[in-house]
Amino acid sequence: MNRIEGRVKVTGLATYAAEYPVEDVTYAFPVQSQIAKGRVRHVDAQDALAMPGVLAVLSGEDPPPLASGADGELALFQSREVAYRGQIVAAVVADTYENARAAAAVVRVDYDSDDHDVSLRADHPGLYKPDHVNPAYPTDSEKGDIEAGLAEAATVVDVVYETPVLHNNPMEPHAALACWDDEGGLLVYDTAQGTTLSRDTLAQVFGLPKERVRVVSRHVGGGFGSKGTTRPQAVLAAMAARVVGRPVKIVLTRQQMFDVTGYRTPTIQRLRLGADAQGRLTALEHVAYEQTSTLEEFAEQTATPTRIMYATPALRTAHRLVRLDVATPSWMRAPGECPGMYALESAMDELAYALGMDPVELRVVNEPETEPDSGLPFSSRNLVGCLREGARRFGWEHRDPTPGVRRDGEWLIGTGVAASTYPARRRPSKARAVVEDDGDFLVQVAAADIGTGARTALTRIAAEALGVAPERVHVELGDSDLPEAPVAGGSMGTASWGSAIVRACEELKSDGKEGLADTTEEVRGDAAFSRHAFGAQFVEVRVSSVTGEVRVPRLLGVFAAGRIVDPKLARSQFIGGMTMGMGMGLMEETLTDEEFGGFLRRDLAQYHVPACADVPDVEAVWLDERDAELNPMASKGIGEIGIVGTAAAIGNAVYHATGHRVRELPITPDKILMPRF
Amino acid sequence: MKPFDYTRADSAAQAVREYAPGTMYLGGGTNLVDLMRLGVAEPERLVDVSRLPLDTIESVRDRVRVGAAVRNTDLAVDPMIRARYPMLARAVLTGASGQVRNVATVAGNLLQRTRCAYFQDVTRPCNKRRPGSGCPAIAGDHTNLAILGSSEACVATHPSDMAVALAALEAEVHVTGPGGDRIIPMPGLHRLPGEEPERDTVLEPGDLITAVELPPPPAGATVYRKVRERASFAFALVSIAAVLDVGDDGVVAGCRIALGGVAHAPWRAERAEQALIGGPATGEAFLRAAEAELEQARPLPRNAYKVPLTRNLIVSTLEGLAS
Amino acid sequence: MEITLQVNGKPRTVDVDPRMSLLDLLRERLGLIGAKKGCDHGQCGACTVLIDGRRALSCLALGVAVDGSEVTTVEGLANGDELHPLQAAFIEHDAFQCGYCTPGQLCSAAGMLGEPGPSAVTEDILVDPDLTPEEIRERMSGNLCRCGAYVNIVSAISEVAR
Repeated sequence: MNRIEGRVKVTGLATYAAEYPVEDVTYAFPVQSQIAKGRVRHVDAQDALAMPGVLAVLSGEDPPPLASGADGELALFQSREVAYRGQIVAAVVADTYENARAAAAVVRVDYDSDDHDVSLRADHPGLYKPDHVNPAYPTDSEKGDIEAGLAEAATVVDVVYETPVLHNNPMEPHAALACWDDEGGLLVYDTAQGTTLSRDTLAQVFGLPKERVRVVSRHVGGGFGSKGTTRPQAVLAAMAARVVGRPVKIVLTRQQMFDVTGYRTPTIQRLRLGADAQGRLTALEHVAYEQTSTLEEFAEQTATPTRIMYATPALRTAHRLVRLDVATPSWMRAPGECPGMYALESAMDELAYALGMDPVELRVVNEPETEPDSGLPFSSRNLVGCLREGARRFGWEHRDPTPGVRRDGEWLIGTGVAASTYPARRRPSKARAVVEDDGDFLVQVAAADIGTGARTALTRIAAEALGVAPERVHVELGDSDLPEAPVAGGSMGTASWGSAIVRACEELKSDGKEGLADTTEEVRGDAAFSRHAFGAQFVEVRVSSVTGEVRVPRLLGVFAAGRIVDPKLARSQFIGGMTMGMGMGLMEETLTDEEFGGFLRRDLAQYHVPACADVPDVEAVWLDERDAELNPMASKGIGEIGIVGTAAAIGNAVYHATGHRVRELPITPDKILMPRF
Repeated sequence: MKPFDYTRADSAAQAVREYAPGTMYLGGGTNLVDLMRLGVAEPERLVDVSRLPLDTIESVRDRVRVGAAVRNTDLAVDPMIRARYPMLARAVLTGASGQVRNVATVAGNLLQRTRCAYFQDVTRPCNKRRPGSGCPAIAGDHTNLAILGSSEACVATHPSDMAVALAALEAEVHVTGPGGDRIIPMPGLHRLPGEEPERDTVLEPGDLITAVELPPPPAGATVYRKVRERASFAFALVSIAAVLDVGDDGVVAGCRIALGGVAHAPWRAERAEQALIGGPATGEAFLRAAEAELEQARPLPRNAYKVPLTRNLIVSTLEGLAS
Repeated sequence: MEITLQVNGKPRTVDVDPRMSLLDLLRERLGLIGAKKGCDHGQCGACTVLIDGRRALSCLALGVAVDGSEVTTVEGLANGDELHPLQAAFIEHDAFQCGYCTPGQLCSAAGMLGEPGPSAVTEDILVDPDLTPEEIRERMSGNLCRCGAYVNIVSAISEVAR
């Protein structure tokens, strides 16, 4: 169905965080560290305070108090230590944006700087084994004997892949507008993927009871994980508003977003695969090296998809982390699965070539009966169906596997395939459903619509549960005063919120007036299954033998993701994820500045995301899945699986086109040209 | 942004009279406003020249005069430009986006600054922005920077597409200024960095570009091609504007090659041109010419790919023009 | 400085700081939040409006420099309650997700439909081509969409361009 908020979005009336009309608003602009490691010796605010319109300069010189124990990225000005270049070390509040920004430029910060280390290496002496990986997976897994499996293999692939720092870059910059009331209550319009979590975080940071904090995020201009956790702009806005006694608005610049709103960790991944002559895996090992900051630990679950993909008698995965003088990495669309499946699915393609086997068939041959690592039964698994359907639609059967032999003038043509997967989880949520005076239904949940179509999907779910037309259901979300709900993330939103809505609607139907649901017990009682969505990505590339440019004329995804709640929205989610995956494959890369610390290419002219001209034909279809073990909707999350596998499929197609395997993303012209000449 | 005064000029002469140190001329603003917001440009005063009556494209005898304030879009869609200088129209159309081209002026396009990451970040050193502070790009990120004509002080590239075509067309840049009027033939407007990378062009303080005059189109086939990893809305990794005139005898009668994305200025590949003129128009000759040109290349580790890329591009482009 | 603009058909006189962009002027002074700030450097297209009928980036336009101009924002595209055909097509084709780039896409498309002449992908530069999907993709490449709705954006615009 068409998006419920479509009309306000196309008429420019949808209100995002920085856009609420608030009387007497002031503007804050951050001052960022210019060293990568050390200590702020002194902040001289004198010149800034003398500038027109300036109301306050905040810094560690006179730090506005916060409760102890706040996350290191949020404990603004509470320490003089500098953990990374770009960290917020001061801020100016002024009557206008222009004045705040001009004054921020003249705040003088003196540092005692130390030598920094910002470079991830697989042999870094600081590598360690974290206690767990995001969100709560075991760091390592081991089953069988890898070395024995490799020794008995007819064919072995031992390869290393690298992925760069990637930035979420939602179109809406992170912003916050904070107001304190006379009773000491805090209202923040935030760019949050979850208002309940944002409220809880702000309450903790400011030492307030939850009841005194309200976070509102009616519309969020994309997040892709970067707005899943509370970001410093929300804390800074609230802190500054308290200091100046007026509402404060902050909109981070695009450049600042690169520094303080999280990013996907770079990875170095070693894959060792052994297979017998029939292509059956005898061993599969996946070790990921990643970075985190000195402030907080974020350990991406990069190798975890390898635990569930293919049958093998010997399976080992491991994650090693190093603390560098960098900002803390965080969630970016399919953290773990996305870079991990890039490596695994590239290695599977290499294995297929080494065996002289079709890459679709190689995956089919290694289809497991139960989850390879845990042995749990799958609630449903249709990877083979996706591969077969994709092969049929894509015309895979006519493919000549020989690399580097198809040409159209200067353009080399190739096709590639990769599998995708993403967990199908849900979390506890609350919801409320009531009959309104006019007989329509109001459904309330502190969910977030960050562009997923949550408002629309939840309307449909409620309407089905109530047995009424969707027009009679009004979903209210994006406000922490609504029934508590988990964030829009991990492809769990619809499953979590929808479960609570269905239960609330069921109760309403029996009660006649109101239904209140809390699915904590229900979710806790979920049976032990391996729950995942699967998919297969097929891609055609054209690679210029003159320039090394890579174009993608065709990209097809086939997914098996439970029951699809709304086909129109689902297709948009899938193709959107695939489009982002194309960016990962071909252009997205943030450079780490080894000399000065921090990042380079901190804008959208240097950090390229796909433009309209890059995306001629992206299509997504799905297999209908009936999986009663999941949730009342029988749905699996679809927000992330689209990006998983796309980059591998592109890399595999580039190999098919050119005969050259690029193992470092993104696959830019330099990497095509240099080895050829 | 530092506070500044703003005035709108009614004539080129008035604009020049308004000039004083600290003044900058504002055209479409698509680069200047961007640089002001970054703190890279800090004018005390803006003299807005975007509405000067320099916005016409006129045929003057066998030449075409393009006013400095003509917007990029209007230049590219002009029937006379498309018919007589298709390479120029193509080059302009590959630059930026429709929105930017609608506003950006011809003079502003010529005078846009490098997109080197260090130049655009006032918290890092850059000899072009702060002379003597150093060039971190040489040891750092120079992936998209120069392989030709660079110096120890600067490896920046000029980002314009239009200027590359104008260099191949040998356009003349008409300038007025405190020192009077003069004409600068392309590619002579832009300079190589040498010891003074802060100077992009040979213009003197207060100089104002009033027009670009196009001489009669050169004989032969022309083409503009731009290479970039994103299919649109991206600066060139390398671009080429080429003219090739092959006689009935198969001998190259005329050849012009201008390159973008490889140097601090649009780069005329004169060695390659000289190697080709009077010789056969064959793939082998094109390759030798390209290699002759690129012998002077001084690539850095991360932009060494531009050498084979430029070579391939020259060869492939000339082969296309010859056939 | 005092400037006067025609914004969505209404004269608006504002006293502005010369540093203020048209985008900030619209959003912070006139309460017109339709034009979005995505990058503030002309690299994303979210702030696209029509200035004197042509699509332009309001983040790179100083308010003082557009004094006297007519500005149309996404709020001015519809005719009262009747959506502009592009707006209706965007809803029907699901040509947006988060909606943040959408006002810029719509203003850009509205401007683009009125721009004759070739583009970088036009085969024959002497011909004003039909707006094929390939032409639309090239002409709309100044408007980034991180949600990846391009395929639907192009089909929505194609429907209106027909």
